[in-house]
Amino acid sequence: MATVAEDSPTRRRRRRLAAVGFLTPAMVLVVAFYLIPAVLTLILSLTDLSSANFTEPWNFIGLDNYRRLFGDAFFPKILKNTLFYVFVTLGLFNVGLALVLALLTTSIPRRAGFFFRMLWLLPRITPSVVYVMMWVRMAQQPPFGIFNQLAGPFGLEPENWLFETPWLFVILTNGFVGASFGMIIFTSALESIPRDVITAARVDGASGWRLIRDMKIPLIKWPLLFVATYQTMSLLTSFEYILLLTEGGPGLFTTEVWALTSYKRALGTYFGNNQWGYGAAWGFVLVVIGFLFSLLYVKIFRFNQLVKEPLIE
Amino acid sequence: MIGTAGIGRRRISRGPRIGYAILGVSVVPILVGYAWLLIASFSRRTRGLIPTTIDGRAGGWTLDNWSFVSDGSVYRATLNSTLMALGMVVGVGIVSTLGGYAISRIRFPGRKGVLSMTLLLNAFRADMLLIAIFFVLRALGATPLVGRFIGFDTVGGVALVMVSLELPLGLWLMKGFFDNVSWDMERAALIDGASRFRAWWEIVLPQVMPGLAALSVFTFISGWNAYLIPFTYTVGTGVSNLPVFLDELIGETSPTNWNQVAAVGLFQLIPILGFYLLMQEKLLNIYSGGTKGGT
Repeated sequence: MATVAEDSPTRRRRRRLAAVGFLTPAMVLVVAFYLIPAVLTLILSLTDLSSANFTEPWNFIGLDNYRRLFGDAFFPKILKNTLFYVFVTLGLFNVGLALVLALLTTSIPRRAGFFFRMLWLLPRITPSVVYVMMWVRMAQQPPFGIFNQLAGPFGLEPENWLFETPWLFVILTNGFVGASFGMIIFTSALESIPRDVITAARVDGASGWRLIRDMKIPLIKWPLLFVATYQTMSLLTSFEYILLLTEGGPGLFTTEVWALTSYKRALGTYFGNNQWGYGAAWGFVLVVIGFLFSLLYVKIFRFNQLVKEPLIE
Repeated sequence: MIGTAGIGRRRISRGPRIGYAILGVSVVPILVGYAWLLIASFSRRTRGLIPTTIDGRAGGWTLDNWSFVSDGSVYRATLNSTLMALGMVVGVGIVSTLGGYAISRIRFPGRKGVLSMTLLLNAFRADMLLIAIFFVLRALGATPLVGRFIGFDTVGGVALVMVSLELPLGLWLMKGFFDNVSWDMERAALIDGASRFRAWWEIVLPQVMPGLAALSVFTFISGWNAYLIPFTYTVGTGVSNLPVFLDELIGETSPTNWNQVAAVGLFQLIPILGFYLLMQEKLLNIYSGGTKGGT
């Protein structure tokens, strides 16, 4: 142990050099693809840069983009859509159904539970383009739509359900991917509850619903909180499935959410040109929310427990 | 409920049965989606889930939808998908095994900062940085020599962006794997005068190979499936990957030839389903260890 305790300045310097060496590749990428882009988003949002004037020097216009954003005729609609989308998907699927699936698959025999969890993982590992295609075909008008074929005998008028009930399909499509994340986390949390704790409660007469409400859920409250906050952020910023499914339509801004607006304004050719500056203003609001959320994680998830000191040198 | 089965018996057996019923119903959309993909890719047309001929009679099984395999149009995109996915596996593997080792096992000033940054980045979703990354890629593309390989509209550039997006998860997972390796051998090697790099390469790395393998499969899947980033940062068919190719195929003809599109979709799913069947348990573990959340 003598060698370990001796911590000469030379050794300390060598160790520091080693750390720098090991971390350099990661740091380069973090700076190039997180730090610089985050700052650049702010800078861009203060310019009127678009594909119409991008050969000229950047023209700074102060907070005009933000004024325009909050004054946009569709701003209330987009805000309402975003909140609706995030919290309904989160409540029904990413946390709600995820919890139900975890409780159910842990209460049946192990192999059967594993089988259902694996099926639920399928949407997540299916390429988004293929996955969305499946939902489009399910929703489509007759004679192709699968939903119409299955519901027809029950007297339901055949429709293109993606146009009739776009929100239903936006939420289903995202929810079927989102639920598996919480399901897996909750499952491992539930499985780590000691058997005798449950048995003792059973002996005391607790059963079914009471066991879940008074024992299991309180015992997994940290995973619950983690999944809820993490998935709020995911839903708020990801828009890939909506882009593929409805592109924010049908019609004007029907299912358009905040992140999609940012993307379409800046990188889509939807409005005739790429309005990088204006899109960046929409994006930067999300960057700020993301930053606040990530501080929240570090604070509430008892971060210090994760930081064990290395044992040697 | 019937005959001699007592009240106690009923109570035990009813719970699981309801559980199975709910679970069974819940997976119906997933199974129906896959069933459609399979049926459609081998038939002329479909009516709901029923395969039909062109004039709508039941039947119509065919292999014609798979003709794209022989005319070769799909191979450029397949090659690009493979390059992007493998590039990601190599990139994420190298960067996270190096970085994860440092934050797990080297004591240095600022270690706590680096650790919380990793956690912070995990929460910080990159989708919202796409606009600015577009400018970073264009700047990279303008650098001499390497610019041709890592700029905007290159396979390398797209792979590089995706490596960065996967990095928080990779660092975090590898840190966890390194945390579980015993200190004794490494300590002995260091006392014998091995450099930190040699200890990492010869002693520690072999012990985290199973973890690295799992991370690699996970990374391959996410690289192979990637749509948004290749779609945003590539122009035209030369550098587009399979998902972008498929997306263009859907929009190419109106009405879409869904049966051919389904075949290309299934073609793209083959390696994913292969990994899925081979590595189920490992994949489940990765998804719970990391904090990667699609939506």
